[in-house]
Amino acid sequence: MSTLTPLAERLPADTAPPSPWREFVAAFAANRGATIAFFVFVAVVLGALFAPWLAPHDPLQQFRDHMLTPPLWQAGGLAQFPLGTDELGRCLLSRLLHGARVSLLIGFSAVTLALLPGVVLGLVAAFGKGWLSAAIMRLMDVLLALPGLLLAIGVISILGPGLVNTVIAIAVGALPGYVRLTRGAALAELAKDYVTASRVAGAGRLRLMFDTVLPNCLGPLIINATLGFSSAILETAALGFLGLGVQPPLPEWGSMLSAARDYIERAPWVVTMPGLSILGTVLAINLMGDGLRDALDPKLRQAS
Amino acid sequence: MFTLLLKKLAALIPTLLGVTLVAFALIRLIPGDPIEIMVGERRLDEAARTALMAQLGLDQPLHVQYGRYVLQLLQGDLGKSLVTREPVSAEFAVLFPATVELALAALVLALVLGLPLGIAAALKRGSWFDQLVMALATVGNSMPVFWWGLILIMFFSVGLEWTPVSGRIGIEYDVDTVSGFMLVDSALADLRGQESGAFASAVLHLLLPATVLGTIPMAVVARMTRSAMLDVLREDYMRTARAKGLSPARVIVHHGLRNALIPVVTVLGLQVGSLLGGAVLTETIFSWPGIGKWLIDAIARRDYPVVQAGILISALVFIGVNLCVDLLYGVVNPRLRGGGH
Repeated sequence: MSTLTPLAERLPADTAPPSPWREFVAAFAANRGATIAFFVFVAVVLGALFAPWLAPHDPLQQFRDHMLTPPLWQAGGLAQFPLGTDELGRCLLSRLLHGARVSLLIGFSAVTLALLPGVVLGLVAAFGKGWLSAAIMRLMDVLLALPGLLLAIGVISILGPGLVNTVIAIAVGALPGYVRLTRGAALAELAKDYVTASRVAGAGRLRLMFDTVLPNCLGPLIINATLGFSSAILETAALGFLGLGVQPPLPEWGSMLSAARDYIERAPWVVTMPGLSILGTVLAINLMGDGLRDALDPKLRQAS
Repeated sequence: MFTLLLKKLAALIPTLLGVTLVAFALIRLIPGDPIEIMVGERRLDEAARTALMAQLGLDQPLHVQYGRYVLQLLQGDLGKSLVTREPVSAEFAVLFPATVELALAALVLALVLGLPLGIAAALKRGSWFDQLVMALATVGNSMPVFWWGLILIMFFSVGLEWTPVSGRIGIEYDVDTVSGFMLVDSALADLRGQESGAFASAVLHLLLPATVLGTIPMAVVARMTRSAMLDVLREDYMRTARAKGLSPARVIVHHGLRNALIPVVTVLGLQVGSLLGGAVLTETIFSWPGIGKWLIDAIARRDYPVVQAGILISALVFIGVNLCVDLLYGVVNPRLRGGGH
């Protein structure tokens, strides 16, 4: 008859719960698609950061003797222009690398410009007095009355096209989403005991807002910001394609596509390359977002 | 149901006021004053300028101007285009059905392909077919609509020469406008024997734009149908239905799909916004004469009354469709029907 071994001895030696960061990394790494997407995204970011050194040519330099040169692997391709050249003889690879800078910069700025005021307004709407909260939310309803791209087009029609205005237009469109999300998450947290405890302990309103409640709302905000990043890149390209975004000759994936439309028969590569760059980047960020969602919030996990 | 509708309409009033205020402000926020924008290159002397200001009511205080604007809107007066000098509402009446036709075709395509694919993927969960469908749906969900349109044109219009590149119908056909929907009008003309082959031409013209606009909703519908079906398949009532001896098809459609549709309708409602934005891009690529292309052309021509009206109309359509989707939940999901339990 063996006596029951105490519980502690039957457990493996290392029973300390994994740190939240470790747990997150393990959950994210278990998602194969998200991991691959992460490395693709890192490659795009590195390409954008080091574009001036990686690009074989100046993205604006026109090689008039080599207009519409096909990519290296097609007949007539030149090693000098691995992905071919566009209608003005500019190196497509160099333009794509520099275009990644523009897209990522606009995407990142637009998300930041929407996220920060969005979080503050959302917290104010959750904590503030009734009329203030109602005023903020009605204002957001008005912004939500137009779908993102159309709202951006409306803002551009007032401000005019350009890089900075593209950022503003996209940020305005994304703002209501963050306000609603923050308010919703903050209201859910406000009902919990730890907030009451903190309030009873004498925490001021600002401390309650930013130190007590906000950290517990970060999960959904991070997921939303990631997905917002990819839709900002898509919208940047869409605006560029419509001629309302970043203006030529600055290399931007969407406006490159728009210029390439006329050469669709003679030079398909000027159409396929920028599009594949957009699709690849957006797809990678979306897959990363899915992975983040699964890793950060198992409750949100899709049935699969 | 009726009280629910009234409540929802009442809740929309502040939003509608806000939207009209934004549309009203749009022209006044543009740098430069409205008169200069309207007369363009022409010079006006001071007297003519004052007369025009008075004629347009621009000498009144802003709140009076806004009141007039709303009154005009309520009478269906959206202003006049600076370029064509036509009332905006008349132009809109011609263009709107084209956009509706395109959007409906895209939605039908998304449902006709997305629903069966999602169901089949759920039933064969984990198979290569399931993985293929989900991989395609993931790619489709991230698709830059404008690029996808160009790629399809490259293959089907330029390469294979199967479909036309732009417009709603071949220029050789002269179809009377009856409904404004080209499929209906061309079919009528075809049947009357006036224009044989008109309907086929209209279908071919619609095929690529509808595919392009339908791709993202299709991907979303397929993903959501699969995941909702997987949830439903686990339910006890499905086992009961099978145990009763119902045919598998009947179990899946009547018991499974019926319940799986609720989340699908929800995400489809969320797609309306991207459908409207996508319509702008799709219409631009295929020169489809709808309100999206109209809006973009108006911005390029600095035709601000049209821009103002276009933005306002898009917002109203978006709000209206969202309201319909809200009410549709009540039909699909009896638990949400207002006033009940």
